[in-house]
This record gives sequence, C-alpha cells and structure tokens, in this order.
Amino acid sequence: MENMQFDLLALLPELVILGMGMFILLLDLFILSQNRSILYGLSQFTLFAAAFFTFKTHTPAVGFSFSHMFIDDTLSDVIKLMMYLGTSLIFVYTRKYLQDRNLFRGEFYAMVLFGLLGMMIMVSGHNLLLIYIGLELLSLCLYALVAFDRENPRASEAAMKYFVLGALASGMLLYGMSMLYGMTASLDVSDIANSIMQQNKSPVLIMGLVFVVAGIAFKFGAVPFQMWVPDVYQGSPTPMTVLIGSVPKLAAYAMTVRLLVQGLHPLALDWQDMLMLMAVLSIVIGNFSAIVQTNLKRMLAYSTISHVGFIMLGMMSANANGFASSFFYISTYVLMSIASFGIILLLSRQGFEAEEIDDLKGLNQRHPWFAFLMLIIMFSMAGIPPTVGFYAKFTVLQAAWQAGFTWQVVLAVLMAVIGAFYYLNIVRKMYFDAPADHSPLTAPVDMQFILSVHSLALLGLGLFPEILLGICGHSLLISLQ
Amino acid sequence: MMQADLTSISWLSLAIWLPVLSGILVLLLGGDHKATLTRWLALAGSLASFLVTVPLYTLYDVQDGFFQFEELLPWIPAFNIHYHLGIDGFSLPLVLLTSFTTVIVVLAGWEVITKHVAQYMAAFLIMSGIMIGVFTALDAMLYYVFWEAMLIPMFLVIGIWGGPNRVYATVKFFLYTLLGSLLMLVAFIYLYHQTGSFELADYYLLPLSMQAQIYIFIAFFMAFAVKIPMWPVHTWLPDAHVEAPTGGSVVLAAIALKLGGYSFLRFAMPIAPDASHYFSAAMVALSLIAVVYIALVALVQKDMKKLIAYSSISHMGFVTLGFFMFSQLALEGAVMQMISHGFISSAMFLCVGVLYDRVHSREISAYGGVVNKMPVFAAFAVLFAMANSGLPGTSGFVGEFMVILAAVKFNFWVAFFAATTLIFGAAYTLWMTKRVFFGDVANHHVAELLDLNKREFLILGILAILVIGFGVYPQPITEVMQATSIEFLKHMAISKLPVTGY
Repeated sequence: MENMQFDLLALLPELVILGMGMFILLLDLFILSQNRSILYGLSQFTLFAAAFFTFKTHTPAVGFSFSHMFIDDTLSDVIKLMMYLGTSLIFVYTRKYLQDRNLFRGEFYAMVLFGLLGMMIMVSGHNLLLIYIGLELLSLCLYALVAFDRENPRASEAAMKYFVLGALASGMLLYGMSMLYGMTASLDVSDIANSIMQQNKSPVLIMGLVFVVAGIAFKFGAVPFQMWVPDVYQGSPTPMTVLIGSVPKLAAYAMTVRLLVQGLHPLALDWQDMLMLMAVLSIVIGNFSAIVQTNLKRMLAYSTISHVGFIMLGMMSANANGFASSFFYISTYVLMSIASFGIILLLSRQGFEAEEIDDLKGLNQRHPWFAFLMLIIMFSMAGIPPTVGFYAKFTVLQAAWQAGFTWQVVLAVLMAVIGAFYYLNIVRKMYFDAPADHSPLTAPVDMQFILSVHSLALLGLGLFPEILLGICGHSLLISLQ
Repeated sequence: MMQADLTSISWLSLAIWLPVLSGILVLLLGGDHKATLTRWLALAGSLASFLVTVPLYTLYDVQDGFFQFEELLPWIPAFNIHYHLGIDGFSLPLVLLTSFTTVIVVLAGWEVITKHVAQYMAAFLIMSGIMIGVFTALDAMLYYVFWEAMLIPMFLVIGIWGGPNRVYATVKFFLYTLLGSLLMLVAFIYLYHQTGSFELADYYLLPLSMQAQIYIFIAFFMAFAVKIPMWPVHTWLPDAHVEAPTGGSVVLAAIALKLGGYSFLRFAMPIAPDASHYFSAAMVALSLIAVVYIALVALVQKDMKKLIAYSSISHMGFVTLGFFMFSQLALEGAVMQMISHGFISSAMFLCVGVLYDRVHSREISAYGGVVNKMPVFAAFAVLFAMANSGLPGTSGFVGEFMVILAAVKFNFWVAFFAATTLIFGAAYTLWMTKRVFFGDVANHHVAELLDLNKREFLILGILAILVIGFGVYPQPITEVMQATSIEFLKHMAISKLPVTGY
C-alpha cells in the first residue's frame, strides 16, 4: 500500500494534466461560449501547476515506479519543463487565431493537454509498451487536432495523410518492438540492454532495430520518412502546425534516448550507420527542397527536415557529447519554430492566413519591430551568430567531428550555406521589398509582448549560451551515467 | 598614479560595446520623423566610440610585441570558450581606423539618407563595434561570432539602401562570405578537439602535421581570401560595392576588406606556419594576379564605383604579397598599405558619393569638366586620385614602396610585376579623373553642379590631412607594429611540425 502511494506521487504532474484535461472537457459543456477564455486560463494554470509539481518533486537521483515501467530522472524532468513552456507559448500565440475562426473550443485545450500527457509518458516510459502507449496517445490527439477545423477540406486531407502514414509508422514501431521482445523476452528497457549484451547479434534483433529506428524517424520526420511533413504542415491550420512541429520533437528525442541509448546501446554500431544516412539525406533533401517553396509553412516544413538532419548528426555520434548536443539543438529548435509560427499567427487575421512568403513583404515598413524579431528568428534558424541557432549547429558539428564523421560535417556545413539562402530570402522580402498589404496589426498585447520576449531570448541565449548548454549537458550526463 | 587608473579601465570592451549600445540607443530613440535627433545621437555615439579608442594608442607600449590591454573572462565554460580580448601592433591601427571611419560614415550619410535613418545609423554603429570585436578577439570562438555577426548589418545596409541591383549583390555577398566562414568553423572545431580550448595562444603552440596544417590553411584561406578579396574569389566585391550606399562602400573598403588581411596574420599564418611557407609561392602568385590582372580590369570600367572596387582588390593584392614574403619590411609595408588604403578608398568612395548625390549616376561618361563647376571638390578628388596611384608624399606610396622594396630582395620578377602597379594604378585612376573632372562641361547635369558644402568639405578635409600626413610622416603607424612584426616573424620561422624520431 505504501509502495502504491509513492508510485502515484511520482506521477503527480501527469495526474494533474490528466485531471485538468478532463475537467476542461467537462466544463466546456456548461459554460457560455463568451466565457470560454476561462478554459484558456485554466489550461495555462494547469501547465503552471504541472511545472510546479515537476520542479518540486525533482531529485537528482533516478527514480522508478510502477514496477520499473516509469522512470523519473533529471532528463525527463527537464524535458517535461521544456514541454510545459512550449505548450504554454503555443496557447498564447494561438488564442487569437482560434477565436477569429470560431475554433476557440474546450476540445482544443483538452486535446492538447492529452497530447502533452502522451508526450510525458513517452519521456518517462521505461518499458516498450508504455512508450508505445504514450506515442499513440500523442498521435491520436494530433490526428484529431489537424482535422479540428471540420469545414476546412485541406485540413481534413492533411489529417488523413497524417493518420495513414502515422498509423503505418506506429505499426512498424510496434512490429520492431515485438521482435525485440521475442529476442530478449522482456519489455523493460534495461533488461533488453542486458539481454542483448549477453547474446550474439542475430538478424531478428537487427530487423527489430530497423523497425524501431523507422518508427523514430517517422516521428522526427527524417528522410526517407519525411513525406508527410510538408503536406501536413501546409494543410493544417497554423496552430496545429506549430503543435506538430515543435514540442513533439522533444518527445521523439526522449523516445530515442530511451530506446536507442538506454535499450539498444549494445547495437550502437548498427544504428549509428542508419542515423548517419538519414542525417545526411535529411540535410541535403530538406535544404534543397526548401529553396523553391513559396508557401512559408511548407518552407518551414522542409527546413524542419534539415534541422532533423542536424539533430541526427549529433545523435549518430552515439556518445554523451553527441546526445547532449542534439538535446541542445532540439531545445533551441523548439524555441525557434514556435517563434517563427508565432510570427505567422501574429500577422494572420480573420480571413487572412499570412502563410505565403510574399505576405511578409515590406514588413520592416509596416512593423519594424516584428520584422526585427523575425530577422532574429530567421538568422537563428540559419545558424548565424550571435543567435542561439549558431551554437546549436556548432555543438552538433563538433560532436560529429569528435566521433570521426569528418565528411559528414563538411557536407553539413556546405548545406548550411544552402539553408542560409532561403532564410535570407525571407529577410530580403521583409526588408528590401515594398509592402503589399497595409492592414494594421490586430494581435492582442500579451501575445505581442510574449512573442517579443521569446524572440529576443533567441538572441539572449546566443550571447549567453551557457545557460541552456549547461542544462542540456548536465541533465543528460547525470541521467545516462 | 593617473596612469594606473587609466590602464585599469577595460578600454577594449568599451571600444566594442559603446558603439553597439549607442546603435541600440539610436534605434530606440530615433526614427524617420525625428531624423535630426537621430543623426546627432549617431554622431555623438560615433565620436564617443572614437574617443574611447584613443587611449589604446596613447597607453600602448611600443616596445612590447605581445598582446596588451588583455581582458579574460569565462564565457561558455561548457566548451572552454572565453571572452578574451587584446591588441598588438597589427590590430591597434585597425581598431583606430574602424572607430574613425564610423565617424566619417555617420557624417557622410547625414543628409543623404532619408529612408530609415535610425536603422541606417544604428547598423553602422553596431557594425563598428562588431568589427572592433573581430580585431581584438583572442578566443577563436569569440572571434568567429564577431566575424559572422558582421554579416547581418552589412547584408541589411546593402539591401535596404543600395542601388537598383542591391538584392542580388547583397545575397551574393552574404553567401560567399558564409561559405568561407563555415569552412573556417570546421578548422576551429578540429583545433578545439586537438587542444581542448579555443584560446589563440594554445593554437599558436600546437604542433601540427604538415597534412593538418595544409587543410587548416586551406579552410582559413577560403574564409579570408573571400573577405580580402583575392583573385579568383573576388567577384562579390564589385557587385556589393556598386550597389552599396556610400557609407556601405566606405565601410566595406576601409574596414571589411582588412578583416581578411588581418585574419591571415592572426590565424592562418601563425597557426599553420609550415603550410604558409609551403603555399607562399602560390599566395604570391595569386597576389600578383590581383595586382596586375585586376588593375587591367579596372582600366576598362565604365562605372566609377566599380573602378574603385577593382582598384581596391588590386591594392589588397599588395597586402597579401607583403604577408607572404616573410620579411619585416614587407610585413610592415603590407599593414601600412591596409591602413592607408582605408583612408584613400574611403575618400575615393566619398568623392563618388558627392557626385552621385548630385547627379544620381556613377557612369564615368555622365560627367566631364566637373572642375569648372566644383573647383574645391576637384582639388580634393585629384589629391585622392594621386594617392590612389601611389604618388610619393601620400600615404598610398609608403606601403606600396615598402612592399616593392622587400620584393626586390625576395625575387626580381615579383618586384617587377608588383611595380607595374605604379603604372597601371596611375593609368586607371588618372584616366578616370581626366574624363570626369577635366575638359569642357559635358552636359546640363554637370552645369548645374554646386560645389562642396561645409559637411563634405570637413569630411574630405580630414581625410586629405591624414593621407598627406601619413605620407610624409608614417612613423606613428610603423612604430607601433615594429615589435609585433619582429615577434611575428620569429614565430613564423619556427616549424610546428612534430619532431619525428630517427
């Protein structure tokens, strides 16, 4: 009985999210539509409360509960805190958009919170099945969210594509997991690692690994599992795009750490090559495809693919330095991508999506301040110092170099120049072209303020990168030792 | 006592951050509707930034060939990166040149820039701080951050205030430079994993195999050769220059090109001395191609700015030539040439700017007989043209002469080709001067020209004094770099190849 009590305490943040998600869903039935802002406030409060409990219950020691199925280490706590922050920012930026389009409903917040719960389970899952359940919870919420705007045929199409390909990927992951289970007779991540250590490499094990890596790659959107990314990014309403494109990458990273590092590290030599190939292909294909895009969301989708390539460049090093650098890259990437979509959401208004690159034309003459913020975001994505994006690229490149991937680093560097081209293109439109549209900004003040702080943070973290670098490196090191 | 107080101030940090902060201040307080306030704020900021660099010169110990005014703070402990600043005899004149040029640029854009005044002034102030950062950083990563950060304001300056083809030019400028810089970053990553730090001092002492040195040298070469620019990676420069506003051209020519030259002295050569010797013949050859071939290209230009841009490339050929002959005379001549070119090319671009502001054309054929309408301006322009072609008594002569003198000792044919610049330089500069300034008044645009106003007179006057002053008495510049160049050559003479056994 005592044991059980402890177990639930370790899950306190998850329980808060779950309970509040259900409460919001119920409350939505009983309040008037003009009072729905309460739901928004409650959701933000939920994130705050979860962050509070995550922070409060944090200990440096690694804790297990529910018979070793649920792990609570520093890494999971840090990732969860980042997720709360990301989700909270997304709530701020999307509120106006949802209100304008009659999508401001309780289901949205409940669904996002359930999705977050799924991600938190992925982060803390120490058992193949638990990780899979977390992933499915997240995926189902995202499928539903993409189709949230029922009247929008493009969104429905995107949801369909996302669902079909996502279900396929989940199937592959599960298939791989079943093979691992068959070979190791366990679903527990540490037991799997021990068992693989004691046996010879068998084809079934490698097949299992291939399917697991494919499942992970799909979640990241790495080449050759990237087909869904551009279509889903472009087709979804922008709030859903930012939901798909940002925080879930953190969960995918955690899943990679749990499965590949903690579970399948004895097979590192095998998955290193797979990640290497995907990294190189993602960087090349992502960058080259992004150049020709005219739709900003689609361009950001391809740029995401190339960012994923860089993230894998760090992970393929298969050592603590590499995974720490990927972690840093993902944290900055999540910040950058939410900020870039924040600008799109800021500029969009009723009946106008601001999602073509040309919609940014002459932004410097209309709103010099937001043009400046977008400038920071774009240079950060391109990896130009003194923005934080540079350090993300730098840490990943040095980790890959240390692990001996010389030509991959040189190739990645050359591709970064290609990448700079399409980010510059945006800056060019904002600063050098005349505005095509003169309507005033209608975004609420809190959104403008938070978006400003958020974008400036990209510059601030670039001037003092040690803050985030230290958190990422430290949390990974003490969790993996 | 007074001395001790003055040396305890972090002059270098001030020199970097004062212009950056004043740039931010201009952005925050200024705007198009209060343009006058913006201009005065920018001028005050640039003057203050210049004044804080003056003590660097007065307090500098010319006997000491190593780094002075050092500041060392931990910055990114995760990668052992430090905020490490310091100057020696090579960087000191360049720092002063930078802060001085910024004042000139602010004055030059005074009435000319009417669109986004605050952003224009702020961009130059911030750029000035960043460039001083490049010249003073002693930590490779700090240096790299400054080096790359400079691209952002320059990209905007050319793109927003430039000429008709500005977008093409600025994107080309950015991507060319970025490609070179990223290869340099790979070299830094390699060096970091060899030494575990980004300290320049550690890199200087690191023994490296010949193969490693060659790769490192090539990576640095890609970054610096683009910036200088050396033939054949120079093609971004004429485009960028032609399309940039006058201030942008001045900063590009006077300072940005020097970043490349300086970086050869600070990074490529001391880190890979054996590779530098190995490649010296090739570098000398490339420099001579720049000197001779680019001078011929300059000769046929129809656009004044393009002509000066090509002449800059040709003059920078002298700088790299001087570096790779490994003698004190050549080295000091090359650094002298960098400083003097900073003044002369600024002056030349400002002269074109004066004409362009009035007639809105940079074509040589659009002018003729300007002297009849603008006698004072013509006097200045002819003086700077003389300096550009290396007339004795102007600062342009000193550096070129020192390099040629050193070349005679090095190899007769090198000296021969280098010396042709005195002919070609005179040919293209004076021919342009003749076509623009002399003869009869060519058209009604020229007939309506008004002579220099007080602001223009002031700018060109200061530059004229400096050009003649350093031409007659170059001692203030040469004496600060003497000790440093001796130390530099000592370092370059020692092989870094690992000592192999029997």
